[in-house]
Amino acid sequence: MRIGVFICHCGSNIAGTVDCESVVEIAAGFPEVVYATDSMYTCSEPGQEGIITAIHEHNLDGVVVASCSPRMHEPTFRRAVERAGLNRYMFEMANIREHVSWIGKDKAHNTNKAADLVLMAVEKLRRNRPLVAKSFTTVKKVLVIGGGVAGIQAALDCADGGLDVVMVEREQSIGGKMAKLDKTFPTIDCSSCVLGPKMVDIAQHEKISLYACSEVESVSGYVGNFSVTIRRKATYVDWTTCTGCGLCTEKCPSKRSPDPFNEFLGTTTAINIPFPQAIPKKAAINPDTCMKLQKGKCGICAKVCPVGCIDYEQQDELVTVEVGAIVVATGYDLFDWHKYPQYGEGRYPDVITSLQYERLLSASGPTGGHIKRPSDGKEPKNVVFIQCVGSRDRSVDRPYCSGFCCMYTAKQAILTKDHIPDSQSFVFYMDIRAPGKGYDEFTRRAMEEYGAQYVRGRVAMIYPHGDQLIVRGADTLAGTQVEVPADLVVLATGVEASQGAVKLGETLRVVPDQFGFFVESHPKLKPVETNTAGVYLAGACQGPKDIPTSVGQGSAAAAKALGLLSKEQLESDPAVSKVNVNRCVGCQKCIDTCPFGAIKAVTDRMGRLKAEVIETVCQGCGICTVTCPQGAIQLEHFTDNQILAEVNALCPPKMNNVSFE
Amino acid sequence: MSAQDEQRELRIVGFLCNWCSYGGADTAGVARFIQPTDLRIIRVPCSGRIDPLFIVRALLNGADGVLVSGCHPRDCHYAEGNFYARRRLEMLKRFLPITGIDERRFEYTWVSASEGQRWQHVVTEFTRRIHELGPAPFFNPVSEEEWAKLALDGAARGASCACHG
Repeated sequence: MRIGVFICHCGSNIAGTVDCESVVEIAAGFPEVVYATDSMYTCSEPGQEGIITAIHEHNLDGVVVASCSPRMHEPTFRRAVERAGLNRYMFEMANIREHVSWIGKDKAHNTNKAADLVLMAVEKLRRNRPLVAKSFTTVKKVLVIGGGVAGIQAALDCADGGLDVVMVEREQSIGGKMAKLDKTFPTIDCSSCVLGPKMVDIAQHEKISLYACSEVESVSGYVGNFSVTIRRKATYVDWTTCTGCGLCTEKCPSKRSPDPFNEFLGTTTAINIPFPQAIPKKAAINPDTCMKLQKGKCGICAKVCPVGCIDYEQQDELVTVEVGAIVVATGYDLFDWHKYPQYGEGRYPDVITSLQYERLLSASGPTGGHIKRPSDGKEPKNVVFIQCVGSRDRSVDRPYCSGFCCMYTAKQAILTKDHIPDSQSFVFYMDIRAPGKGYDEFTRRAMEEYGAQYVRGRVAMIYPHGDQLIVRGADTLAGTQVEVPADLVVLATGVEASQGAVKLGETLRVVPDQFGFFVESHPKLKPVETNTAGVYLAGACQGPKDIPTSVGQGSAAAAKALGLLSKEQLESDPAVSKVNVNRCVGCQKCIDTCPFGAIKAVTDRMGRLKAEVIETVCQGCGICTVTCPQGAIQLEHFTDNQILAEVNALCPPKMNNVSFE
Repeated sequence: MSAQDEQRELRIVGFLCNWCSYGGADTAGVARFIQPTDLRIIRVPCSGRIDPLFIVRALLNGADGVLVSGCHPRDCHYAEGNFYARRRLEMLKRFLPITGIDERRFEYTWVSASEGQRWQHVVTEFTRRIHELGPAPFFNPVSEEEWAKLALDGAARGASCACHG
C-alpha cells in the first residue's frame, strides 16, 4: 500500500502546541507511508487540492489526515479523496486538535501523542478496504411531533413542498404555548390572529393528517424508513362525527374540571373544547371529572349530542405509520416557581405566572380579557413583574437565560397600561436582554411611553399586607432596599425542557442535554439536525426560543426533511456487518442481539443455516461482531483486525517480549 | 505523586463510542478543558462494538490503563448497544483479578456528547489513578521447563499453593 499523511496546522490551533514538522518527520517513517507533509489549513480548497495532487503524483492508495475531529471534517476529506479517484473508505483521520492540541499545553507530550494517533490511523488504514454504498428507497412522508408554532410551520412547509405529513399533538388542540398568548412582541400583534389561520391550514391541508390527544409510543427503523407507533388516547368522543357544536359543553353539569388551557386559573366542564379557535375543534371528556365515567350516572352529553358521537366505552388506540423523516417540535414547559420560598410557594393567590397573566389579558380567557386578580376579582392598580424566576439561577439548577422573558414582561407592562390606564407597573430585573430586531426599542417604549418603572435588583420576599402584597427587594442602582405595594405579582417564569422530552429522546435516540433540551448535531453548522439521521429539531425543544426563531427553525427543519426526501433513493453507509459464511455455524446469536432486525437466517446450498446481513437495514453498530463466538461476522471498517492493529500500534506486543501475532 | 512521575507519561488506551463519548471528548477539546496527555483514544461506533478481548490485549501488551466510555444507559445511539457493553465490561472487571491483572487498571464510564466537563473529570481522575498505581508490571514469560517446575512445586505444596488457596 502507498499511504500519504497530511498534518494540518489549523492555523495556530494545532501548530501552537504541536510541533507539526516533527510529526511529519516521524510519520514519514511509519509502515507503508510513502509521502508525508503538513499544510496550513488542510480543509481549505488549496489544502484539499494538495491532497488530490499528492494522490496523483505519488500514486497513493490511502490517505491519513491528522487535523480536527472526524465528526467535523471526515465527510469533507472523504469527498476529496473520492475526487482524486480513490474509494472514500481508503481514508483515515487522526484527531490531533480536539484530542491533543486544545487539551494539553506541553508541546513535547502533544507532539508525541499526535505522532501516536497518526500511527494508529496508518495501522488502521493498512487494513481498510474499498466499500461501496447501496441505495434504498424512502417513504415520502414526515412525522412532526408537537403542534406548537414551530411544528405547525415545519408541517406546512413540508406539505407545501409535496410531502405527506403526520402531525402528533399531545394536547386536545394544536397551537402550543402561542395559542395561549394574548399579544406578541414587539408589534403587539394579536397572537391568535397570527396563529389561527396557520392552525386552520393544518386542519384543511390535504397532505396533513393530524393526530391530537396522541403521543408517540415507539419508533423503529432508520432514516428514510421509520415505523412509528402512535397512541391515540381515548377522548370518549367519536371525532369522525363530532362537529364541535359545543352543545355538550353547555349542558355538562360537571363544571369543576381543571382547565389546563387557561393555566388552571378557572375551571371548565368535564366535556370540553379548550378554546374557540381549537384545531381540531372537537370535544373530549376528562375522565377524572366526568360523572358518567367516575360514577356511572349522568350521560347528559350523550343525550344532547345531535350526532350521537359520545362513546363512554372508547379505548386508547394504537396506530402505526411509516415515515421517512421526523421533526421534533415538542416545545417547552414553565419552571415550577414554587421552589422559591421568597415568592410565597403558592400561599398567595395573587402571585401568578406570566402565562397565567397572558390568559387574564386574553379576550378568550377566563375573565374575558378584563384583568381581575384571582383572590377577589378586583382590578389591580399596582402590578409588580419579577423577572428571571427560574432563569440564570444556579441555586435552582437553571443557570441559563430563558431568552424571551425580558420581552414578554415589557409587553405585559404595556398591555397593563392599555387595559387599566391608571395602573402602575414595576419590573424587578437583573439585566434587560433585548437583542432582536426592534426589541430594545420596545423595552424602551415600555419604560418611556408607558411609564413602567424598572428596578434593577432581586426580590427578597413577598408578604401580605391588608388586601395587598408587599414586594421587598433591592434597587442595586440606587443602592437601597425598596418595598412596593402590589395588587398583583406576575412572575416571569423561565423555560425548561418539556416534561416528556427525556423519554421521547430515548425513543428517538436523540440525546438531551443536562437540562433536557435536545442536543443538535453541531451548535453552529447543524442547528436543526440531530446525530440520528433523518431526525430534525425545531423550536424550543432544542433550547429557549421566541416565536420568530421557532418559526425559522420550523422552516429550517422542513427544508432539511424536504432535501432528504427529494432524492429518489438514499445511499446507505457501507460500513456494515458482513458474514464470512465459511466460519458461520448458524448459531443465530447475532440475529437475537441485532437491535435493528438487520440479520436474517438463510440456508445455503448444503442446507446449512447461515446468518445474512440486510445491508440497507444494518446501522453499523457492531454488536453482532462481539457476540459472534466464531468471529464470523465482522463490522466493515471496524473489524477486529483493524481495532487490534490500533491497540498494537499503541502498545506494541514487543513491549513484553511476547508475541501475540 | 512526585514531579518526576507526573512528567513521565504512562500508556492509557481509551475505547470511545463515536456518538456520545467521542463527541464528549470533542466538546471538552472545543471548550479547551485541559487534560493529562497520557490517554490515546480509539474510536469505535458503539460501546457494544468493544470486545473485552481488545481490553485484555491492550493490558497484556503492556498498557498501564484502559478506559472505556459510551453513551449513558438508555441513550445509546443504537438503542441497546451499551447494555451489552455494560454486561461484558462488568464481567471483564470481575474477571481481570483472576488473570493476575489489577482491575483498577480498567474502568468504564458513560459520558454524553454534551458532557465536556465530565469527560475532563473522568480523564483526569483515571489518569491520576493509573499514575498512583504506576507502570504496569512486566509480564515475565517462562519457558516450558520453568512451567513444569512451578507445577511440581504447586503440587508439592498442595492446598497451600497460592493459586489454589
